[in-house]
Amino acid sequence: MSREEIFDKLNEVFRDVFDDDSITVKDETTAADVDGWDSHMHISLIDAVEEEFEIRFDMKTVVKMKNVGEMVDEIEKQI
Amino acid sequence: MHELEYPFDSQYIIKKKRSIKRTLLERDIKYVEKKIAVLGGSTTHDIIQVLELFLLNTGIKPTFYESEYAKYWEDVMFDNPELKEFSPDLIYIHTGNRNLNHLPTLQMSKEDVEAGLRADYEHFRVLWEKIGDTYHCPVIQNNFEFPYYRLLGNAEATEYRGSVRYINRLNEMFAEYAQTHQDFYIQDIQYLSACYGLDKWADSHYWHMYKYALAVDAIPTLSYNLANIMKSLFGKNKKAFALDLDNTLWGGIIGDDGVENIEIGPETSMGQVYAEFQSYIKKHKDLGVILNVCSKNEKENAIAGLEHPDSILKPDDFILIKANWEPKSQNLVEAAKQLDLLPESFVFVDDNPAEREIIRAQVPGTAVPEIGSVEDYIRVLDHAGYFEVTTLSEDDAKRNEMYKQNVQRTELAQSFGDYGEYLRSLEMKGTIEGFIPIYLERIAQLSNKSNQFNLTTRRYTRTEIEEIAGDNAYIDLYGKLEDKFGDNGVVSVVIGHKDGETLHMDLWIMSCRVLKRDMEFAMMDELVAKSQAAGIKTIRGYYYPTAKNHMVENFYAQMGFTKVSEDAEGNTEWEFKVEADYQKQNQWIEVNGK
Repeated sequence: MSREEIFDKLNEVFRDVFDDDSITVKDETTAADVDGWDSHMHISLIDAVEEEFEIRFDMKTVVKMKNVGEMVDEIEKQI
Repeated sequence: MHELEYPFDSQYIIKKKRSIKRTLLERDIKYVEKKIAVLGGSTTHDIIQVLELFLLNTGIKPTFYESEYAKYWEDVMFDNPELKEFSPDLIYIHTGNRNLNHLPTLQMSKEDVEAGLRADYEHFRVLWEKIGDTYHCPVIQNNFEFPYYRLLGNAEATEYRGSVRYINRLNEMFAEYAQTHQDFYIQDIQYLSACYGLDKWADSHYWHMYKYALAVDAIPTLSYNLANIMKSLFGKNKKAFALDLDNTLWGGIIGDDGVENIEIGPETSMGQVYAEFQSYIKKHKDLGVILNVCSKNEKENAIAGLEHPDSILKPDDFILIKANWEPKSQNLVEAAKQLDLLPESFVFVDDNPAEREIIRAQVPGTAVPEIGSVEDYIRVLDHAGYFEVTTLSEDDAKRNEMYKQNVQRTELAQSFGDYGEYLRSLEMKGTIEGFIPIYLERIAQLSNKSNQFNLTTRRYTRTEIEEIAGDNAYIDLYGKLEDKFGDNGVVSVVIGHKDGETLHMDLWIMSCRVLKRDMEFAMMDELVAKSQAAGIKTIRGYYYPTAKNHMVENFYAQMGFTKVSEDAEGNTEWEFKVEADYQKQNQWIEVNGK
């Protein structure tokens, strides 16, 4: 799967979780850029991303991720 | 909403909870509103969010109070104006084994372990007692899941210092408390986590990352189960089965294969699995669940199948056997009407997806589980929790018998030209008096189950009923009705509170199965007699419309009240002057031996 394809899928996940079809995420997107992305929604988001890509982020990775780009790096590593 | 029916996709619910909630709220439904306090020993945010979806789906609209993180104990034990102000209808305490302070260690003596167990139990007991004293509302407390590792291996279950044994003993103490206290219910997480798989349930990733006591994907399982207890407490349980026959209660098509070739009973493995399912269904009679057949078959074939010597369910176990070639949706609606139940009180069990789809589309609100293959039937129906038991009264076990008598009464009524003659032939005897202890449970239960013949749709807990029974500021009556076919049990309840010389009616309910039997008039007669004795001059009645109680819109007019006001939503107020020369209105029931 190319990086673009991962971003496409990831956008779908973000739109589902935040119930907002206008969301488009980029490498530098962080929680501050998405309305409603608080610590609780973060849990649902991680869960949904794991389900979508059939992967599992271990704890060390989740605590380190700084932005969506780093999340995509990790997804690329695992699929 | 299909996505929220068991078996559901947990990850889908977690992911789409925002849009699911939006869709639920767009439906045009009249909700029962409830205030629920969730007091957690760990994170409870998503538990609440998902619980809300399941409750909305059953017609309950919750508002929540959520304790500060892990402050379940402090929130209750210390003065808490916010929670008092919130005035919960129900409190849920969510704790896990990480909240236990005295789990045994290998250094402990037997006495140390006993003291620790006592201390852990007391920590909770004082909390429950305080809630009982302060908030007077039902409490749901979950018990404990097993520890997710076992230092001693299997010996953890037998050693006095074993944590598995410790959890078992503590859970037993919780169960004993539940057995001996009203308005206190255990959510059995020990069982739920076992079903789910303990390793997945207790995945410590979620504790260390987010301080959840269980995996996020397990939250829908927890919240669904919790919603079941709540819907049972708030009177939203299902009441009846509508069961298909061919390939549902036995294997094969009886019309094609013949009664001698259907698969039921010990001869084959397929016959055994159907027999086990029949036994499971039959046990529901003791819960008061009404069994009915809804099958596309010649009636004589249906009966022949149920009379098969290996059939565990017999024709006699069913109240209605709808076996014909009409659409099942039509049969289901008719059955509901005949039994004075709502179609949404039914669980429709059919192996045929097309029939299930028809019921879903034509009779919304009826539960239509995706029951899977025959070996899945029991698990799916059981985990769905349609009949979750929170109170079990003697009446429950007799309910099927009562419905059967009702069908006999209907048949008898049709043989009389004159309705009065029919009522006379029933030889009815009523008992109508103030609340007495043996019926408090049933009275509370009735207040939570009655939807149609219910003027105010106020729900009462058993504790509230007990308080009213002992309080002189109320006039309370229960009505019990017997006739020549049997005892209907407690079928009507009336509660009014006094205000000087006026009595305000808080509740007037009656079970629909005794409709048109003069029972409402008998209740009115006794209410007037009690009011006269108490010096009441005026009785004020209130009708609050809901989706289900249209039938009593003009009830107070029939009782001789005069309408005094009506607002835009159709809420009406009525007045009745208590005169000394009141004429009794009930003609056919002999009340209190007179």
